[in-house]
Amino acid sequence: MLKRFAGWLMSTPATLLVVLLLIVPVAATIATTFGDPRGPFAPYVDFFTSSFRRAVLWRTVEIASITTVIALFVGFLTAFVVSRAPGRLKSILIIAAVFPLLTGVVVRSFAWLIILGKNGILNNFLLWLGVTEKPLTMLYTEGSVIVAMVYLFVPLMILTLVGVLEGIPDDLLQASASLGATPSATFRQVVFPLAVPGLIVGAVLVFTGSFTSYATPQLLGGERQMVMGTLLYQRAMVAFDWQGASTVAAIMVVVTVAVVLGMTRIARRLNPMST
Amino acid sequence: MKQPLHPLLIAFAVVVFFFLVAPLVIILGAAVSDTTFLTFPPRGISGRWFVKVFEMAAFRRTIVTSLQIAFLATGFALLIGLPAAYALNRFRIQLPHWLSTVFVLPILVPEIVLGFSLLKSVQVAADLPVFSTLVIGHTLIVLPYAVRVISASLSAFDFSMEEAAVSLGSPPLKTFFTIVLPNVRSAVIAAFILAFITSINDVSVSLFLTGPGVSTLPIQILAHVEQFFDPVIASVSVLLMLLTVGVMAVVELTLGLTFLAK
Repeated sequence: MLKRFAGWLMSTPATLLVVLLLIVPVAATIATTFGDPRGPFAPYVDFFTSSFRRAVLWRTVEIASITTVIALFVGFLTAFVVSRAPGRLKSILIIAAVFPLLTGVVVRSFAWLIILGKNGILNNFLLWLGVTEKPLTMLYTEGSVIVAMVYLFVPLMILTLVGVLEGIPDDLLQASASLGATPSATFRQVVFPLAVPGLIVGAVLVFTGSFTSYATPQLLGGERQMVMGTLLYQRAMVAFDWQGASTVAAIMVVVTVAVVLGMTRIARRLNPMST
Repeated sequence: MKQPLHPLLIAFAVVVFFFLVAPLVIILGAAVSDTTFLTFPPRGISGRWFVKVFEMAAFRRTIVTSLQIAFLATGFALLIGLPAAYALNRFRIQLPHWLSTVFVLPILVPEIVLGFSLLKSVQVAADLPVFSTLVIGHTLIVLPYAVRVISASLSAFDFSMEEAAVSLGSPPLKTFFTIVLPNVRSAVIAAFILAFITSINDVSVSLFLTGPGVSTLPIQILAHVEQFFDPVIASVSVLLMLLTVGVMAVVELTLGLTFLAK
């Protein structure tokens, strides 16, 4: 009895903070979208009948999906190399991945502004090579947002997967090799299936992170490549359309929760180590 | 014996790490360039853009505000997160299962949605000052680090050590500080660092909560970039990176950096 009381007492401040200042405000935001005087689904009808907003939602899903697929591919192969690297080199490589991760999103997105701009490094390089006659427009395209997002999330993917790959016992790889599997067969048939749960965790982190991002699409996509995050800001702080902003927020929450729950279910089913 | 890696795979990893590090080197180069516009490789070497950062009141102010918020939010999060993490492990059987799920929720809710909701429900509806709402928002986003990192470490702690101390007559609070806390020291440091860095770099929550006269550094950087394209931003970025280097040095000295990969 006393123990139960002590446990509650110690966890109450943190619980209260999350319930009162996170769950209640976010629930209130979602609730207002159903309390529209024109009817409970009116804001959603507005959202989905606007071809502009539909395009924003679609673009966000597209950018997040492409980013996730590229980050999975790049992160997995790199993490595999890192996990097999000898001790000292491995620590250096991990530092090289941790450092960008600890550097802020604004700083890392800003770097791509210098690289991809009209007078940017990449354009100067291409002009010097003679590949192009006049500078290419690379900023404010979907591609520039994706490149910066991949840059943002690859370190996260590498670090998530290095942990998973290191957990795969060397014995398994040796067993596979001694039974005659080529290195690439071992990679596909032993390493990959065992890494699937980690790949799913990484995919969830990258997809939700890029789906809800603001700074990167704002800096590299601008008005032309509006995504859900920038649309939410524009509705709330520029147009002062709080109902419209709340609708965008509610859709973002639904997509995020659906992706997390859906992928966790798949992860549970696919985990070869379970059962 | 480990199987050797395919040379193509190694080449691929080299390219990836070049891709990871090069943009940061470019920022460093652009920051020291003796030009009025952003360029790389730098033309001439000059420290004047670093001086300029501190000459601009907007940057001076937001650097101070960001540091204040980061320390306060991290402090609050540890203050309430540590007892919660302790309770979740020590009284695991007595407490309902859903309680630990509560602390995962801040991760499930997009930060930008949290920022907007706090603006509507707390800042405007409850008429709270800008600074306080910022501290609340930042405390909420860093709380999961405090609870989860410390909880993970406590789950490996043998609570019979604590019981032994108590049965030998040590008062509960003294037992906590002399037996439990030293055993999870590294987790507390890690939680502090992750929380601090997250707060300093936050955009999505602060975006809606900054108000007249009170802003944070990342929001100020965004505002500056929209108007000017000068090396000042590169210099601020370098300062932020130096902060990260400092933090990583602390981690290296106390825990070893590979800790972060776990």
